[in-house]
Amino acid sequence: MPEHLVTSESQVSPAALQEAGGSDIQPETVQALYRKVALIRRFEDRVYRLFLEGEIPGTLHQYQGQEAVAAGVCSTLRLDDWITSTHRPHGHALAKGVNTSEAMAELYGKATGCCGGKGGSMHLGDPAVGMLPAIAIVAGGNTIVTGLGLAMKLRKSDQVAACFFGEGATNEGAFHEGLNFSAVEQLPIVWVCENNLYGASTPYGRVSLVPDVAERAKVYGIPSQIVDGMDAVAVREASAAAVQRARSGGGPTLLECKTYRFTGHSRSDARGYRTREEEQEWAKRDPLLVLAARLEEATVARLEAEVKAELDEAVEFARNSPDPDPASALEHVYA
Amino acid sequence: MPEAAVATRRLTIAEALREGIAEEMRRDPEVFLIGEDIGVEGGFGGAFGVYLGLPEEFGHERIIDTPISEKVIAGAAAGAAMLGMKPIADMQYSDFLFECMDEMVNQAAKMRYMSGGKVSVPMVMRAPVGMTLRGAQHGQCPESYFIHVPGLKVVAPSDAYHAKGILKAAVRDPNPVLIFEHKLLYGSKGREAAGGMDLTAEVPEEDYTFPIGQAVIKRAGTDVTIVATHVSLYRALAAAQTLAADGIECEVIDPLTLQPLDTETIFGSVRRTGRLVIVHEDTLTGGWGAEVAACVADDCLEYLEAPIKRIATLDVPAPAAPVLEQRILPQEHTIVETIRRLMG
Repeated sequence: MPEHLVTSESQVSPAALQEAGGSDIQPETVQALYRKVALIRRFEDRVYRLFLEGEIPGTLHQYQGQEAVAAGVCSTLRLDDWITSTHRPHGHALAKGVNTSEAMAELYGKATGCCGGKGGSMHLGDPAVGMLPAIAIVAGGNTIVTGLGLAMKLRKSDQVAACFFGEGATNEGAFHEGLNFSAVEQLPIVWVCENNLYGASTPYGRVSLVPDVAERAKVYGIPSQIVDGMDAVAVREASAAAVQRARSGGGPTLLECKTYRFTGHSRSDARGYRTREEEQEWAKRDPLLVLAARLEEATVARLEAEVKAELDEAVEFARNSPDPDPASALEHVYA
Repeated sequence: MPEAAVATRRLTIAEALREGIAEEMRRDPEVFLIGEDIGVEGGFGGAFGVYLGLPEEFGHERIIDTPISEKVIAGAAAGAAMLGMKPIADMQYSDFLFECMDEMVNQAAKMRYMSGGKVSVPMVMRAPVGMTLRGAQHGQCPESYFIHVPGLKVVAPSDAYHAKGILKAAVRDPNPVLIFEHKLLYGSKGREAAGGMDLTAEVPEEDYTFPIGQAVIKRAGTDVTIVATHVSLYRALAAAQTLAADGIECEVIDPLTLQPLDTETIFGSVRRTGRLVIVHEDTLTGGWGAEVAACVADDCLEYLEAPIKRIATLDVPAPAAPVLEQRILPQEHTIVETIRRLMG
């Protein structure tokens, strides 16, 4: 990894990970988590409005409600660790450290976007911060990540790869092939299942008789853990242990983060498959509220102001950026 | 072909590939092998023995025997390549590539583009093709599925010299390259089935590569151009020999690379001969021959003195019985008769 790529605030040093325990977690760590969760939430809210106003083209799969997972996991990763993501990647990108303005510009389809406008919402990513362009085929990342892990193992590096996927991915063959291979090769992988209860509109109970994805890991010989996916501190704690295991040659771990998607599957989803009461129950456990309870009000206000300024700048950057040169549509097919 | 002064030996394709793989692994520690049954002690050295002896030199760390998980073979190769390693992945039969179409088509092929050029996928995927009395699911020639995918390169070598040179070029290529090899051409067992021809070729002792995207003219001629790969190439050469006795001179081209196609060599030949026959073992409809025909019609129509003809496997799944298989495969006599009609 080039030296000029300095560690971002969310990607803490191994020493800082030592204090990742829930009870004795440092105030600065909670603040950093809050800032990241808030950045993702406000980014998503802002993007939704800009989309409705016609500024952002394409489609959106939004991450509101699940922010604690991305923020918690990525807070335990180094800049030179890698992640794979999904069709719902905005939160993962911001958590891993993709530049907020470049992420916004990518959604706008601008030349300054992190993928030059070729990736868009569903393929956000930036290898400079250890994130492949997101893989928008369900479970598509679950085999690719084994290659990341294999490269790390063959090179005898102490890097780690984390694979984000939804519970919907666990009925794909790729999920099972990837899990089994990571086990037999003892790859440095953290499998992060974001179980938000619905694969698009389909409740998980309708498509699996095993309610917990964590059970599926065990049958492949992989340790797994059910985590409160609404609490970034809990996610961080579980992830720190899994990352440490992977980094030290202990092989893969699966974390099943129980979480909830506050929005519809994509922009046009009226959410007729779930009740407003259920949504209200989960809203009480909003990851922002869970973290704010651990912080002073003034601190929260300061962090929110920082986030707002960062997003104002990102939107300005995206708006003022040029469209890609149409001729560039023909570039980057082959190296 | 190699210069006369260069020291050469005659090798089979399997021997040449094995040598090329070993040389690339010695040259670059980032090259590794991944596939089913490729390095297991007491195993086969891959379905067709290409990897025999390699574990003894390189150990099992760089020769990774996977579960029967084709999606993982392709996905792990693609993922490792995205971090800059140079995997050579192995499909036991090219028919199994359909198990990992997502990894090849959605991931390996598109990652560079989706990333705006920031990520490359320098992987190689080797896959044996061809009908050998194994029936419908172990005898296909699926090259054409992959030439349709921007971001993939597709090669189909037919002799030891080009197989080794192209393999070494593929390992060094920054893009995903699929190498399709014909089962009957690997070694001595295939000679009879391929018409009793000597399938060994002169291969230099020294390091060389053969460029991806370059066709070769295997036999020069003035009356008709034949473009053919794999076993069909040898049938085309045999047909050309037969037709020469009638005074019909065929120019036989081995395209070697199907994506990107060396249209310059093919167009140049068609402009000289005015006639084009394409022969391949893939089924007819939508086969790569259709693409060659379209390109030639597009660019060389005014040079054509006869319709472009495609001779391909008939549009049915591969049957198991020998007489049924022979009924649907492109045959030497079909090539001869087709060309006689074109000349008449």
